Amino acid sequence: MEVAEERPSSTPQAAEAAGESQILRLYIAGQTPRSIAAFANLRKICEEHLAERYQIEVIDLIQNPQLAAGDQILAVPTLVRRLPEPVRKIIGDLSNAERVLVGLDVRPAR
Amino acid sequence: MDHFPVAELPKTPTGIEGFDEVTGGGLPTGRPALVCGGAGCGKTLFAISFLVHGATRFDEPGVFMSFEESSDELAQNVASLGFDLPGLIENKKIVLDHVRIERSEIEETGDYDLEGLFIRLGYAIDSIGARRVVLDTIESLFSGLENQSILRAELRRLFRWLKDKGVTAVITGERGEGTLTRQGLEEYVSDAVIMLDHRVTDEISTRRLRIVKYRGSSHGTNEYPFLIDAEGIAVLPVTALGLNHAVSAERISTGIPRLDTMLEGNGFFRGTTVLVSGTAGSGKSSVAAHFVDAACRRGERAQMFLFEESPAQMTRNMKSIGIDLQPWVDRGLLEFHASRPSAHGLETHLSRMHRVIDRFRPSVVVFDPVSSLLSVATEADVHGTLTRLIDYLKGAGITALMTSLSHGKTEQERTDTAISSIVDTWLLLVTLESSGERNRGIYVLKARGMSHSNQIREFLLTDHGVELVDVYVGASGVLTGSARVTQEAAERAAALAEEQELERRQRALARLKTAFESELASLQAKFEAEQADLAAGIVQNEARVARLGEDKSDMAKNRRADAGNGGARPARSEDARAKRR
Repeated sequence: MEVAEERPSSTPQAAEAAGESQILRLYIAGQTPRSIAAFANLRKICEEHLAERYQIEVIDLIQNPQLAAGDQILAVPTLVRRLPEPVRKIIGDLSNAERVLVGLDVRPAR
Repeated sequence: MDHFPVAELPKTPTGIEGFDEVTGGGLPTGRPALVCGGAGCGKTLFAISFLVHGATRFDEPGVFMSFEESSDELAQNVASLGFDLPGLIENKKIVLDHVRIERSEIEETGDYDLEGLFIRLGYAIDSIGARRVVLDTIESLFSGLENQSILRAELRRLFRWLKDKGVTAVITGERGEGTLTRQGLEEYVSDAVIMLDHRVTDEISTRRLRIVKYRGSSHGTNEYPFLIDAEGIAVLPVTALGLNHAVSAERISTGIPRLDTMLEGNGFFRGTTVLVSGTAGSGKSSVAAHFVDAACRRGERAQMFLFEESPAQMTRNMKSIGIDLQPWVDRGLLEFHASRPSAHGLETHLSRMHRVIDRFRPSVVVFDPVSSLLSVATEADVHGTLTRLIDYLKGAGITALMTSLSHGKTEQERTDTAISSIVDTWLLLVTLESSGERNRGIYVLKARGMSHSNQIREFLLTDHGVELVDVYVGASGVLTGSARVTQEAAERAAALAEEQELERRQRALARLKTAFESELASLQAKFEAEQADLAAGIVQNEARVARLGEDKSDMAKNRRADAGNGGARPARSEDARAKRR
């Protein structure tokens, strides 16, 4: 069921055609265990569900505090899907893959 | 632990008129303060005023973190108050950060914290070296984020963090049901809690401010009225003013010469408060106009606060009794401020008057009539308001004249007592009704610090102003108006009649005198006639006696009797003696 649903959008051609390559930004504040966990969780989800159609940019706010306002970051970690529109945000350590996928519109909310 | 130096809690001035006086210096320096209240109570304005004043007047840059309004909206909203937010932002005096949270675009999964917010705030603070921070309204986070326990823990950490940063912060909060704030922010911010209130009573709104808590500092616990107008926010301190104002021995004219006479010949004391009360149409405004006119003649500034008439109406009406106020207005000595009592709440009226007086610095002010304020508030409120106003005026050495409309005898007593205890001089205008007329009378009910006249004077409105005349006090009581005129005429007639009677009596006496004199003359004549008669009689008698003697001697000669013997005479005296016996 899950696999069947994922198939159409997971073929590279379909994704390219729809411009559905995911541009993701992960905001963290220092190399905390939570940041590391979030990054690891994200990598895993992307690899499993998005194949090659994603880019991940990690922004450490400790180093670049001026970037927090631009994406309206309050909580860390926050994953921002900048593309495709609309912008979506997922906050937390991304430990619940199901919710991350719903948040990224990869999987419809049940 | 017995003795330790008591350090005065350092305070940061907000620059909000009145608030710094009430709190003895402002908000606690380096600590967060909570400003809470319902929607539209002025929280945001309070916060932004604190920040802008800090940046412009106290050289303390600030960060405004808005969770509700966008930067543009905020700049527009405060531009009307003369706050140039974009300019201040450009000059690195203020940083505006709009924190927007859309729940619909946020998904929560797993553990997180609000380090992002901390970093943002910290970055903003550090970028301009901010000393002040505003978080408006941080409670919005509760609707944007699901995990309340994380949120609460993070807020607690945030306030502690703000303290560690040493910034003076204002955190606004929406009032909740039965709690100061919806999310119980008062639990986290415990140094100072200020509550703003916007109450509507009888369709009239009043803003009030109360300091619920101010740790480490004494503060007034009263509710202070405050005002939001074109010049921003202003709090009116109640107890900051007291009864220790300087007094003046200088006297100023009432503008009515005979009224001055009633007040020791010199009029009111400068800096005191005068109440002129009376029923409708008793001439209160005219007395007020005279007072203002006199002040302007001396070259002093005057203000009239009208609650019933428009300035044009006032000038026209006063012109009809010969007081021309327009030249004073033209010369900038006189200002009118007219507003309907119901236009604002009492406090707003008070604050407005406060402001206007503060700016114009007049030497006399008139409130005509203060009693109409009763229509918008309770007696206790009016009393409180007027006390504050009078305290302020006395402090500034301004002589105030208030008129008060009394409705009837009992009402008058009640209404006026609300005010009378706080005024120094109380003039009562009465209407004296008799013989189908209403006439005006005036008397001095009280005049602190002077021996005033205790007489009622009749009060006439002539085409050259107010004139006082003595009333007629007679056996039939006090007479005024035409009754007085009639009485005076009657008195004149009586006097005339008396004079005429006297003349008549004088003439009668004169006539009597003439009669007496003629009588006397006739009697004299009679007397003289009688006297002459008598004298003639005596002469005749002597003549006869002489003749008798001659006759006797002739007879004796004839009878040849002794010359010494009388003849018949002794015998006759014997007979007389016998008869007497």
